[in-house]
Amino acid sequence: MSDPVLSVRDLHVRFGSKRGVAHVVRGVSYDLHAGETLALVGESGSGKSVSTLALTKLIPMPPGRIDGEVHFGGRELVAMSEAELRSIRGNDIGFVFQDPMTSLNPVHPIGRQLTEGMRHHLGLSASAARDRAVELLSLVGIPDAANRLDAYPHQFSGGMRQRVVIAIGLSCEPKVLIADEATTALDVTTQAQIVDLVERLQEELGLAVVWITHDLGVVAGIADRVMVMYAGEIVEEADVDDLYGSPRHPYTVGLLGSLPVLGADEPGELTTIHGLPPDPTAMPPGCAFHPRCEFRDDDRCRDEHPPLRDADDAGDGHRVRSFYEVPADVREAASTSSQVAEAPPNAGDPLPAEASEGDR
Amino acid sequence: MTGYVVRRVAQSLLALLGVSVVVFSLMHLVPGDPVRTALGTRFDQEAYEALRARAGLDRPVLVQYAQWLGGVLTGDLGVSFRSGRSVSDVIMARVPATALLAGASLLVALAIALPAGIVSAIRQGKPIDYVATALSQIGVSIPDFWYGIMLILVFSLWLGWLPPSGYVSPLEDPTEFLRRVTMPAVTIGVVTGAILTRFTRSSVLESLNAEHVRLARAKGLPEGRILREHVLRNAWIPIVTVTGLQLATLLGGIVVVEVVFAWPGLGRLALDAVVNRDYPVMQGAVLVIAAAFLVINLLVDLLYARLDPRISYS
Amino acid sequence: MSATEATADDRPVVDEHRSQWRQTWSILVSNRMALFGLVVLGLLVVAALLGELLAPHGANAQGFEFYAAPSLDHPFGTDNLGRDVFSRVLIGARTSLQVGAVSVGISLVAGTLLGLVAGYRGGWLDAVLMRSMDVLFAFPIVLLAIAIVAVLGPSITNAMIAIGVAFTPIFARVVRGSVLSVREEVFVRAVRSLGASDVRIVLRHILPNVAAPIIVQTSLSFAFAILTEAALSFLGVGVQPPTPAWGLMLQEGRGVIDLAWWMGLFPGLAIFLTVMAFNVVGDGLRDALDPKQRSIIESRGQGVDA
Repeated sequence: MSDPVLSVRDLHVRFGSKRGVAHVVRGVSYDLHAGETLALVGESGSGKSVSTLALTKLIPMPPGRIDGEVHFGGRELVAMSEAELRSIRGNDIGFVFQDPMTSLNPVHPIGRQLTEGMRHHLGLSASAARDRAVELLSLVGIPDAANRLDAYPHQFSGGMRQRVVIAIGLSCEPKVLIADEATTALDVTTQAQIVDLVERLQEELGLAVVWITHDLGVVAGIADRVMVMYAGEIVEEADVDDLYGSPRHPYTVGLLGSLPVLGADEPGELTTIHGLPPDPTAMPPGCAFHPRCEFRDDDRCRDEHPPLRDADDAGDGHRVRSFYEVPADVREAASTSSQVAEAPPNAGDPLPAEASEGDR
Repeated sequence: MTGYVVRRVAQSLLALLGVSVVVFSLMHLVPGDPVRTALGTRFDQEAYEALRARAGLDRPVLVQYAQWLGGVLTGDLGVSFRSGRSVSDVIMARVPATALLAGASLLVALAIALPAGIVSAIRQGKPIDYVATALSQIGVSIPDFWYGIMLILVFSLWLGWLPPSGYVSPLEDPTEFLRRVTMPAVTIGVVTGAILTRFTRSSVLESLNAEHVRLARAKGLPEGRILREHVLRNAWIPIVTVTGLQLATLLGGIVVVEVVFAWPGLGRLALDAVVNRDYPVMQGAVLVIAAAFLVINLLVDLLYARLDPRISYS
Repeated sequence: MSATEATADDRPVVDEHRSQWRQTWSILVSNRMALFGLVVLGLLVVAALLGELLAPHGANAQGFEFYAAPSLDHPFGTDNLGRDVFSRVLIGARTSLQVGAVSVGISLVAGTLLGLVAGYRGGWLDAVLMRSMDVLFAFPIVLLAIAIVAVLGPSITNAMIAIGVAFTPIFARVVRGSVLSVREEVFVRAVRSLGASDVRIVLRHILPNVAAPIIVQTSLSFAFAILTEAALSFLGVGVQPPTPAWGLMLQEGRGVIDLAWWMGLFPGLAIFLTVMAFNVVGDGLRDALDPKQRSIIESRGQGVDA
């Protein structure tokens, strides 16, 4: 396998607050290769977004503090100056954020918001940037792009705005695109279209994507590898089929169990994970998940911090952070229940199509 | 866009009509006979009859209002009960002094509020933010007439740097005008500026925390550019509107400050008219000030529509 | 929010309201500025109630040296009639609080009623009422108050009426806005569907839910009302001599400021401290009751007049 485009080693993010230091990302490491899609899955507050924002130090510092190493294009980003980082943000690493309604500045036409990064990083002239903006908008599926450049965000629907935001993320031909809940705010049909779009662009441009979501249903349709985050650390990491086929961590099992299942006899049959994630200012010394774990809760779980270990001997990089194995029958039940999730995201969700598509 | 302008202008015209009704009613709410009250000890039957006829007080109220409004529209605001001079002339003679003071005060207010509000928002939670917030709290609470008197005490009477009061037209003597306008303008400007500082701060803060600013950072744009184009450009819109609304505070402050600094403007004219029971002059002055406020706010709203693309289509 | 749970049940949830108030209070006193304001207000109330008992001299007791500079006998000096300025400032607290209370009371009642009716009824009535309020907004508050006093004649009572009328639109707007936001909530529709009368719905279900902004506005309006009263008295159209009122004292001190700066300094400081106390308590209440609501001064852009 080729060298990774992005290599993260032992990344920590801490926030100082009145209640103490919140340790929100705790030693995250991974490699991302060109053309690969890595899904980062977890509940809100699991540190998945912060861990990616921290890659280019897009978090307020102070109160934030970042430790560890981020290697990108032969350079290390954590120790890098703000000015150097700015030449990487938006240029080599593109971002797409969750909410298309607020990601765009309401007072500027979208063309200007699309071209400002290109003009800054690539030094394009106004007209060259405009030409490229038209190309980009066509690429992300906005019809009549040339005439839409001078339109303002409020003249677009949510789905169309998110396409614009994606076009902005792609505008400088980044090597890595970080999509943070990029489809969460959208209706199912638009979600599927955006997922298709990103996959197509990935093939065409060789882009590496970090796809952040709390929705395992979306992951099945898009990811090559999946990392499950819980309380600031990776609790399980595997190829996507592996993870769905044989989940190892009790948290993953719980997440898969809470997926809606198409064709289930009783629609109410969703398992939920009881309890709440730990307070980031007061992490338990042992396994962060043990207070919610349904399978084991002994002294070792309470006192000893489980390492991220190989889940089996297959050598396929399936790793899990636990001491014990989840009983086989439970794992099997979780994996069967998730089979259907390989269909388009949330296929079981009967939302009406085209709810917000098209211009208002 | 046109629809919005038409609606907004119509709304202002309606408010102006309402203002005219209120102002007209003022004289008619005076218990007893306003002309008799106005003349007081200088009562003289002939003058009384003449004034009553001139003010049209012997006709039905609605007719009087129609006539009065007709007069207002053609620039005829009646005659002063006191001097017998045309109210329009008396008012026009006072407008420049008030307009100049209002303009100077607004400049002072903005010169304080914009830098202070922006810096304290950007440095939120830092010492400079606390200092600015504390000072604006003081400025909001300070009685401007008292503060004006204290300025006179210190800078005129003790230090002798500036003349304590009076007005000189800038056309006659620009330097002397500046010397005289400084204290009253600072008096009003500090109070208005304190209110605007708080607003500017919260407006810039809101803008700083907007999601689109995070995206602008993720684009790798330089901080200065983000501040200009994605923070301040957005924060402007509410700041402009509130500055327009603050003119009411400012004009209210002018009435009192004109008295403190013996500034011959509309505010003092209105107050003197009240004290002298010269109702036509009082009506004229109040009408002109309220109308000026409405017109300025209309202009501000139209400017707002230009600044905020979302308005044009609503 | 407690009231949202009161869906079909027509009883107000008293206990939850009470604990909500206790919580508001504890947030309020944990705010240092607000606590400072509360202490100042406490002292003012004491001065207003017990002024004569606490003051070393009577408000209008004469016979001291004229224009005596501050000393141990007269900490704030004496005035042009040989009266003790400290005693007058102390006793003057009563005038300020009285004018504040009555005028804010007037605008509170009138504005709340207008706002409730306009917001709850909507339609043409709302349009007429709110357009009328817009008209009143066009007048700077001090100017409107002066004009009203001009009609009614200068006196403390008329000053209170004038200030009350001038501040009514602010309350009407605040209340109307809040009513609009709760009018369509589920619990209101639920009690309406049960056939509750409009008056009952407004009084028992809507009013408690718009109380927070009203309380905040009351504190801030107190500040503006006291400032406005001081301005009117200063201009000679408010409180009339020899009543001890801060604005009036300032007017008396103004002409002789080079002779007796203490006559101007201390009444002004008293106004300033009082106004600031109400302002910081108002800000503190807003933070405690509803952090999202912006300062009235900020959102309305008008207020501190004088």
